[in-house]
Amino acid sequence: MNLTLHVWRQPSPRAKGDFRTYEAAGISPTMSFLDMLDLVNERITQEGEEPIAFEHDCREGICGSCGMMINGVAHGPQKLITACQLHMRSFSDGDEIWIEPFRADSFPVMKDLVVDRAALDRVIEAGGYISVRTGSAPDANAVPIPKPHADRAFDAAACIGCGACVAACPNASAMLFTAAKAAHLSYLPQGQTERYERAAGMVTAHDEEGFGNCTNHGACQEACPKGISVEYISRLNRDFLRASLSGIAAAGRGD
Amino acid sequence: MRRVMTLYESSIGKKVAMAVSGLLLVGFVVGHMLGNLKAFQPWDGVGMHPLDAYGEYLRTLGYPVLPEYGLLWGVRLALLLAIGVHITAAFQLWRQSRSARSSSYGKARPQVFSYASRTMRWGGVIILFFVVYHLLHMTAGTVHPDFEYGAVYQNLVAGFQSPLIVAVYLIAVGALSLHLYHGIWSVFATLGAQNPKVERWRRPVAALVSGGLFVGYAAVPLAVLAGILGPL
Repeated sequence: MNLTLHVWRQPSPRAKGDFRTYEAAGISPTMSFLDMLDLVNERITQEGEEPIAFEHDCREGICGSCGMMINGVAHGPQKLITACQLHMRSFSDGDEIWIEPFRADSFPVMKDLVVDRAALDRVIEAGGYISVRTGSAPDANAVPIPKPHADRAFDAAACIGCGACVAACPNASAMLFTAAKAAHLSYLPQGQTERYERAAGMVTAHDEEGFGNCTNHGACQEACPKGISVEYISRLNRDFLRASLSGIAAAGRGD
Repeated sequence: MRRVMTLYESSIGKKVAMAVSGLLLVGFVVGHMLGNLKAFQPWDGVGMHPLDAYGEYLRTLGYPVLPEYGLLWGVRLALLLAIGVHITAAFQLWRQSRSARSSSYGKARPQVFSYASRTMRWGGVIILFFVVYHLLHMTAGTVHPDFEYGAVYQNLVAGFQSPLIVAVYLIAVGALSLHLYHGIWSVFATLGAQNPKVERWRRPVAALVSGGLFVGYAAVPLAVLAGILGPL
């Protein structure tokens, strides 16, 4: 396959970026999207230009590194996969492909397609800790957890923190991420002790990081490679509401 | 009160403020629509027209325990407050979201936005302008061709003679029902009531209320234009 790529090139965080066009010739449909970029990079390097910078690590959809917008869609046209799991058979010969970084002011572009997603780490940090007895391993099933709760906690914990929800959201909101991280603890007994402090802390951190707010479009759920449901956002809203009205949110800030 | 202010400082708090004030306003538009349909109530020609009597009833509701027009103005002030909260929070949230992405995508392909969800902000502005026009038209009578205080039925028949004005009303109630289709659906999520049990009813409830409002509101001006509701 021969393709035409329009790739966002930006040498440094402060530089002004622009789209540059590259021909991707001799692409096999069995290549992954990142393989294709590697091949294009080899040619670019031979021609003496800087290769296109993009983040990648596991290349099997579990690390959350490889986020990019492909033809205006986070992680590209296929549902429930990351960019590294996207294969070139999803495109046809002669296609034009637009590739650009996830855009949000909280995700500053470091170089080309690489963005700094440390804001998400700070939201997690604001969630604090859980109180559990450490020491010897507890007996298996000593704490009973209803199956539906375990399932929901697990579905939320599938979040790999790739930031596709922020990228797809028209408001650049990280609510789905924040909600998933809060929910994988709030569904479990171990997460109950600090449940409301956690909701208050994470939502406050989310706003302070400069993310937008949720207007219930549901674009995040569509973009999420792990299929995380917007229902978790509603749960976080409820926990946050309870934290605020019971005074936990104000107490947490020392007001 | 401090807790409510702390809540409001957050983005979720502003959304809750929008949801609560929005629900209040939905309650009003449903009541208003049902009141409008009094125009269709048969009249035997004795005393006041049922619609005029209903208007008089609203003006004197609560009297003599409350001062005359007391409850009416109380409700009007509460609605004004709800509108104020709704618009202020919407504006603040819009500003927050706008500054969250200052550089836009070169190529963006929105995935799932419904037409209703995409037009929330502009739809809201259209509704606001319409409310101002509607108050000048049917309540104050300033822009009405032949307004007579208290003669509600006559005023509406005279007010809807022009197809242009009926068209304005239809566009406005269309915008309102689109706004509420996404709004009512969103309220469940914002107030934390979204779960598998509710999920099944969320779209149907939003569609039923917003669709019902459109039909109910469109009925009166269209009936006047079609001559079904004529001068007394």
